Amino acid sequence: MKPEALLHPTPAGLFCPIGRFHVDPVRPVERALITHGHSDHARAGHAKVLATRQTLDIMRLRYGEDFCGQEQAAAFGEEIDVDGVRVSFHPAGHVLGSAQIAIEKDGLRIVVSGDYKRGVDPTCAPFVPVACDVFITEATFGLPVFHHPDPKDEIDKLLTSLKQFPERSHLIGAYALGKAQRVIRLIRDCGYSKPIFIHGALAKLCDYYVGQGIDLGDIRPATIEKSSPDAFKGAVIVGPPSAFQDRWARRFNEPLIAFASGWMMVRQRAKQGGVELPLVISDHCDWPELLSTIEEIGPSEVWVTHGREEALVRWCELKNIPARPLHLVGYEDEGD
Amino acid sequence: MKAFATLLDRLVLTPSRNGKLTLLADYFRDTPDPDRGYGLAALAGGLDLKSVKPAMLRDLVLERMDPVLFQYSYDYVGDLAETISLVWDGTRKDEIDDDHQPRLGEVVTRMNSLGRTEVRSAVRDLLDRLDTSSRFAFLKLVTGALRIGVSARLAKQALSDMSGPGENKRDVTEIETLWHGLTPPYEPLFAWLEGRAEKPVLATPAIFHSVMLANPVETGDLEKLDPADYAAEWKWDGIRVQMSSYGGTKKLYSRSGDDITGAFPDIVGSINFEGVIDGELLVGGTARSNNPTRTFSDLQQRLNRKTVTARMLDDYPAFVRAYDLLFESDSDIRAETFFERRRRLGDVIERAPHDRFDLSELVPFATWDELDRIRIAPPDPVIEGVMIKRKDSPYQAGRLKGPWFKWKRDPYNIDAVMLYAQRGHGKRSSYYSDFTFGVWAETPDGEELVPVGKAYFGFTDAELEVLDKFVRDNTIDRFGPVRAVRAERDFGFVLEVAFEGINRSTRHKSGVAMRFPRIARLRYDKLPRDADRLSTLTAMVEAREA
Repeated sequence: MKPEALLHPTPAGLFCPIGRFHVDPVRPVERALITHGHSDHARAGHAKVLATRQTLDIMRLRYGEDFCGQEQAAAFGEEIDVDGVRVSFHPAGHVLGSAQIAIEKDGLRIVVSGDYKRGVDPTCAPFVPVACDVFITEATFGLPVFHHPDPKDEIDKLLTSLKQFPERSHLIGAYALGKAQRVIRLIRDCGYSKPIFIHGALAKLCDYYVGQGIDLGDIRPATIEKSSPDAFKGAVIVGPPSAFQDRWARRFNEPLIAFASGWMMVRQRAKQGGVELPLVISDHCDWPELLSTIEEIGPSEVWVTHGREEALVRWCELKNIPARPLHLVGYEDEGD
Repeated sequence: MKAFATLLDRLVLTPSRNGKLTLLADYFRDTPDPDRGYGLAALAGGLDLKSVKPAMLRDLVLERMDPVLFQYSYDYVGDLAETISLVWDGTRKDEIDDDHQPRLGEVVTRMNSLGRTEVRSAVRDLLDRLDTSSRFAFLKLVTGALRIGVSARLAKQALSDMSGPGENKRDVTEIETLWHGLTPPYEPLFAWLEGRAEKPVLATPAIFHSVMLANPVETGDLEKLDPADYAAEWKWDGIRVQMSSYGGTKKLYSRSGDDITGAFPDIVGSINFEGVIDGELLVGGTARSNNPTRTFSDLQQRLNRKTVTARMLDDYPAFVRAYDLLFESDSDIRAETFFERRRRLGDVIERAPHDRFDLSELVPFATWDELDRIRIAPPDPVIEGVMIKRKDSPYQAGRLKGPWFKWKRDPYNIDAVMLYAQRGHGKRSSYYSDFTFGVWAETPDGEELVPVGKAYFGFTDAELEVLDKFVRDNTIDRFGPVRAVRAERDFGFVLEVAFEGINRSTRHKSGVAMRFPRIARLRYDKLPRDADRLSTLTAMVEAREA
């Protein structure tokens, strides 16, 4: 069987015609397999959803009780038959609940990695390499310029800045699911034990992470009555980046804008966004991690999706690994 | 190198002056000699470092990398030095240890000791031994493209900050006085700033000395003062300069201490005196040559150039109108009174070439009212007001309140319409606080609003709330951080814009450029159709030129 007969791109997303399911579809479908809870991968309105327990919980938190018609939880490693196609979920190390999905039929195995990373992250299960014929990799940071530094060094920059500018409120932009909780956990691991204030948009997900056994320390809402700017002097506040350009940010004293993202590797990106303190912390693979993952898994073919597909395809060509871009649309990279 | 690289990374993204000062002062305090001295030189523009051509850097990176992957990377990042700093690690995952990287002092010494044929391998070796952000700093230094928004003056202010607080605190003007007599890595300077050594001694007076500045006259300032204690002179619309000459060294400095000697051979070549003179750089003829002083836009033809052509020298002859004398030969006379210094200055100028130097004339007046009338209607279009100086004032660097005032001709005013708004920085990062405004002009498509300038101050915090709300409620388009707002004949926001001068400009589409525009008032009472027309602005330019 050709791999394309088992799984191929369609306008709604990757589709398996034999099992009649989509993976991370961008529009409502009959049956969806979801890798993780970021909104560009997990959308509301599907009839049936198969995902990890945590991803299902996260979808419910974000979209409400009726986020789908019928849900089914998959445990890591458990083999599930979907209309004659064998599927299994494996940790992707991206955010809490994130999974790669292995799809197998007649001895042909395709792994959809979703978004993944190889770096250490205490807030989710680490990536597990799964042998396969076709490995579908993301390429969000698929350019040789991306080398994510040790996240603890980045948090040290933040702690140094708090000492240098003890009057200023340090606002850290971090996406609501995954990045925010990871950043808070990292700050704790670097020895910072004062309260961390969070934007309202983070509250439900932080509570969920805590409920899943991830200790975030003393977190408090950053939503106090107006006109008390002193309350946040020298404080650490975490919120979605969009909030910092909003009136919401005015309650803080001389806010110093930090942003935790892999994009912060490039100075101009930081500058355009008005970021004073870029923190290069990513939930995606950097260039060396993408390459070493492909080498480690050793698939006979690589399909590349969302991100800088052409550079990774070029590298595979140089290494004589058959590779092609999938040109899927609709993945907005919410997670980094 | 690591400390300097970290500093650069922060400075590039820190818009506020105070933020930059904190970062700089901490760097000077925490970094040992000689590294901090070379860092200071790099920031203040005095670092002499062997340069490397971008072509060589590109060759070096392609020794190890696929050209297609490099091109993808360069296209994405857009800056050669930054691209190379990021891709140099290739597929290496481990980080370079901070403590084992070459120090800035080592890098400077090594680069400057290299022979021509050794540069290539030395640069490769350094790139291997530095981490990403240090590589970036290194590449910016050797390609001479360090643009980070720090002036020499700001770096010196940070030196003053690092010396204090307390008894040992050194004033920035004192540092400025010494500055041009010192060379990198400035070890005696740091030793003095840290209270470990005496103040360094100047070998010659022919260096830049911080200038004395005036405060604007504000309501009620003059009533308390006796006009008899003060003298007035015209305030010319040129640039303030300092000439120093001693023992064969002749220099021309801008008021911030930048050495502009190279661009003004006509002036420097005519210096026949020794000492330090404070004056105004202008083009045209001196008073003694009976040719008119020309406008600021003519002077601009001569500014910001490293060298100058013979044609330029002919078309835009420069001269200095002398205001003050700081050193007479090598004797420091700054403690003498203004009148005494002026008397001695008069003698020096009398003997100096008449086509290149003249003495700023005094404007006689008996009462402040009389001076006010004189100020409003000056006899020459290149005069922008009057200077008022206490007759017995010593020459003190900085902007002290009391001895000197500037009293400008009233600013120009126009009513313009807000067209675009951009978010500010720091405290204003959540506010739309930078406004592009326009006036009506005849275009092929009929009457349209054309942008004529940009202003980001002049309003109160309460007014900013109003402006910001208008922008948010009336956005019609977005271009990155910029928003276009509704501006129609009968709907929009009219701003009264005040500015100090206006010139022709080929750089701006409207053909005019304002100097120091600011928002004087919010004109809720006016509709866009009541705003001014471009012809009003061009008439202002013509009136100035006439």
